[in-house]
Amino acid sequence: MDRPFAITLPVGSSRANHTGSWRVERPVYVDHLPPCNDACPAGENIQRWLYHAESGDYEAAWRILVEENPLPAIMGRVCFHPCESACNRVRVDEAVGINAVERFLGDTALARGWRLPDPGPDSGRRVLVVGAGPAGLSATYHLRRAGHAVTLVEGAARLGGMMRYGIPAYRLPRAVLDAEVERILEMGVEVVLGRSVKDIAAARDEFRADAVFLAVGAQLGRRVSIPAGDSAKMIDAVTFLHQVAEDDPPLLGRHVVVYGGGDTALDAARTARRLGATDATIVYRRNRAKMPAHAEEVEQALGEGVTVRWLSTIERFEGERLLIEKMALNAEGFPEPTGELEELDADALVLALGQDTDLSLLEGSEVHVADGVVPVAESMMTDVPGVFAGGDVAPSDRTATVAVGHGKRAAKGIDAFLGDRSFERPERHPLAAFERLNTWYYADAPRTQRPELERIRRQTNFEEVVGGLTEDNALFEARRCLSCGNCFECDNCFGVCPDNAVIKLGGGDRYEIDYDYCKGCGICVAECPCGAIEMVPERI
Amino acid sequence: MTETRVHFYQVGSFAVGNRLLSDADRTVQASRERTNSLDAGHRACQGCGEALGARYALDAAMRATGGRLVAVNATGCLEVFSTPFPETSWRIAWLHSLFGNAPAVATGVAAAMRAKGRDDVRVVGQAGDGGTVDIGFGALSGMFERHDDVLFICYDNEGYMNTGVQRSAATPPTARTATSEAVGADPGNVFGQGKDLPRIAMAHDIPYVATATVADLHDLERKVERAMTFRGARYLHVLVPCPLGWGAASADTVRLARLAAESGFFPVFEAEHGVVTGVRRIRRRVGVEEYLRPQRRFAHLFAGEGRPDLVARLQLIADANVERYGLAPEEE
Ligand SMILES: Cc1cc2nc3c(=O)[nH]c(=O)nc-3n(C[C@H](O)[C@H](O)[C@H](O)COP(=O)(O)OP(=O)(O)OC[C@H]3O[C@@H](n4cnc5c(N)ncnc54)[C@H](O)[C@@H]3O)c2cc1C
Ligand SMILES: Cc1ncc(C[n+]2csc(CCOP(=O)(O)OP(=O)(O)O)c2C)c(N)n1
Ligand code: SF4
Ligand code: SF4
Ligand code: SF4
Ligand SMILES: [Mg+2]
Repeated sequence: MDRPFAITLPVGSSRANHTGSWRVERPVYVDHLPPCNDACPAGENIQRWLYHAESGDYEAAWRILVEENPLPAIMGRVCFHPCESACNRVRVDEAVGINAVERFLGDTALARGWRLPDPGPDSGRRVLVVGAGPAGLSATYHLRRAGHAVTLVEGAARLGGMMRYGIPAYRLPRAVLDAEVERILEMGVEVVLGRSVKDIAAARDEFRADAVFLAVGAQLGRRVSIPAGDSAKMIDAVTFLHQVAEDDPPLLGRHVVVYGGGDTALDAARTARRLGATDATIVYRRNRAKMPAHAEEVEQALGEGVTVRWLSTIERFEGERLLIEKMALNAEGFPEPTGELEELDADALVLALGQDTDLSLLEGSEVHVADGVVPVAESMMTDVPGVFAGGDVAPSDRTATVAVGHGKRAAKGIDAFLGDRSFERPERHPLAAFERLNTWYYADAPRTQRPELERIRRQTNFEEVVGGLTEDNALFEARRCLSCGNCFECDNCFGVCPDNAVIKLGGGDRYEIDYDYCKGCGICVAECPCGAIEMVPERI
Repeated sequence: MTETRVHFYQVGSFAVGNRLLSDADRTVQASRERTNSLDAGHRACQGCGEALGARYALDAAMRATGGRLVAVNATGCLEVFSTPFPETSWRIAWLHSLFGNAPAVATGVAAAMRAKGRDDVRVVGQAGDGGTVDIGFGALSGMFERHDDVLFICYDNEGYMNTGVQRSAATPPTARTATSEAVGADPGNVFGQGKDLPRIAMAHDIPYVATATVADLHDLERKVERAMTFRGARYLHVLVPCPLGWGAASADTVRLARLAAESGFFPVFEAEHGVVTGVRRIRRRVGVEEYLRPQRRFAHLFAGEGRPDLVARLQLIADANVERYGLAPEEE
């Protein structure tokens, strides 16, 4: 063999020696389910859209986001972000500010006028969607993408459901709501406003629909009987907020008491403050730890001068005075009456004790109702073939995000029904548990806080309270993501292999193992920050 | 002089690459164009830290010298597993002579290059810890003293691994080797012996001395690059865990190197002209026990009642390092 002067052995000739035969275990690349994705009720692929946001490609990020959820600017404001509670970064320092980045993407899309994807090719089928809250809107979007025509019938004068008539404007500015709703309608939707459906079967016939999605929510404010004098002014929170949203607020006076401990109670009290109540007092029968309202909202309300009477129930309401009874927690942690009474000034009492559904439109139909809600199968189909239900009207946690998720699943269920296929939920990858990560590699970076409107301005107007992130902050926040369970091309495996057995494909195509040389040492697996490689026994 | 970390870019400069950083801020190893000085097909054990350390260091040297590099290798694992006749894994100009004479051979290559007027070609000498701190020590000290233009790299796996794990003057106290068995009242290697070669090298007043591990690639590559900016004798001491000799899982190679540094047991620093100019400070401090436990060569410290007295003495060594070099983590 001809070799250059003084070279006695052919360069790189050891490649003839296939050391892969030493191996008893082999590394394989995997994609595991990040806990954020797992926890998102709308089924967003959070890790994936953060990945694109990390490199500043916000449009790509937004496009991946709206694959699942067409309302990111809304979600980025009102979602209670269970994704963040599940985020693995909690165990490093603090959760990634997923919700804030989502809002940044949503707002950027609106500012730059990005359009939703085009509707799918016409299927020739029509679906009737009853109710235009988040469930109905999400279903409409996904049905249009599947090519089905949609007739969206809404009883109120405008679209949005509780996002318009419940959630106050200081948390969700109406311009944002309008813009995201409008973008869905641009996909081509037949909208019927101000038409309350009275009979579901008749409506199905009338609109010649091949399937129906029932998304009428829970519109009735729950009442309790409280002994009250004639002059006592009582209103339920849903009605109150609805009237405010229609710019026709009732006169409640200076002293407003709200009964209940959920988010709706807080919204009612905060709204009363903005309408001029000098004091807005929440009366709640349990303690703060047991309050179902979200901690962030409680903080904000207290910051705006809302006061709370914990461990109290209302006994009687007479004229301008309210009698409350103090409770005490018993050994099991349940509140028990103490007999101790107290008086409160009250011009009006707002009842925020939950909502019930109005299902009179199902009377005479075969659709089964249990405990005031409509039971559904995995596909969101009710007992009646072709009739689906979701959102607050179905058994659920009753949040806007759950409603969006239901709408999506119902659209898939309807699509399967119309195509005469059985509905199958996509296979879920195993969870990317924290234990799989090698957190050594992540830079230390505590979370960015969202700015908040000054307190004084919050007590007098309906300006948005929580601000958005600047681009710099959003980028920073996105880059805090650990990319749990999914390769983010850090090159660690490519670098740490003592046998050069990792091939870098580059350009977003990730890596491959060269099994001719991989000895199966497992270093690449141990040093992958995000747990995207796994050792599996070799078939010997 | 201590490296500034790139912050906030997800994995910053802790990982090998990072798609969010500019090419200049990524490592040589992150590039598909790296030399792969030591190529696949070599016969090193699964998870060999020495094979990894050699490729890291030499690929960085290849980049720093624009590919004009000659490496001289002492006998030892690195030579034996890379070059079983008639094959070789080397993709660079590479030369082997004997176990004890690598520094002298490297001196000779440097002299030859000077004679030929090829001052663009740079020379690296390399050996295991046995070849460096024991049998090659006289030749190395001479090379330092004469200021020969060689970067000498010691791949320290803390024993004579190629011949079956015998003790060297770089073996830590209490470690079991074939010549320091874990028997008797003071099991394993003795306390109070051995040589601290980086400090001995510094005492020669050579322009550059540094230590590194295979757990911090950015640090290691930067030191090779820095070393190449000097002429004269330079010394780099790289800790390279050996799964076989340490009785460790092959997957733990990088982790053990990291724990060695994070516990302070192996101090990572650099010095110019005999003065320490930079240290790699500890980021998440751990006790030596966390480093020792996964290694079977220290198993006798933890079997049965264990030997907390000996573990405490080893901890004192780590604490002294932290004190001497100022390795304590930055205050929050
Ligand atoms: C005050 C308040 C604050 C809230 N804050 C939050 C929050 O911050 N975050 C969050 O995630 N969730 C929040 N929620 C809950 C969330 O708004 C609901 O879970 C969600 O809107 C339910 O969506 P949906 O589409 O099922 O029903 P809805 O939003 O209630 O929409 C149902 C729609 O159907 C229409 N409709 C009803 N009956 C008929 C009929 N017979 N014919 C035609 N149309 C009909 C209604 O007019 C309405 O537009 C809040 C709720 C309230 C009340
Ligand atoms: C003069 C001489 N004595 C002994 C040997 C046998 N020998 C070959 S390699 C080696 C040990 C090498 O140890 P080290 O330098 O630490 O390298 P490692 O194998 O641990 O990487 C020995 C003793 C030899 N080749 N020549
Ligand atoms: S770190 Fe990123 S991928 Fe992991 S749970 Fe949090 S947001 Fe999701
Ligand atoms: S580091 Fe290399 S040799 Fe080890 S398991 Fe991974 S690919 Fe195989
Ligand atoms: S080590 Fe880095 S590049 Fe390799 S699989 Fe894991 S995330 Fe991807
Ligand atoms: Mg050795």
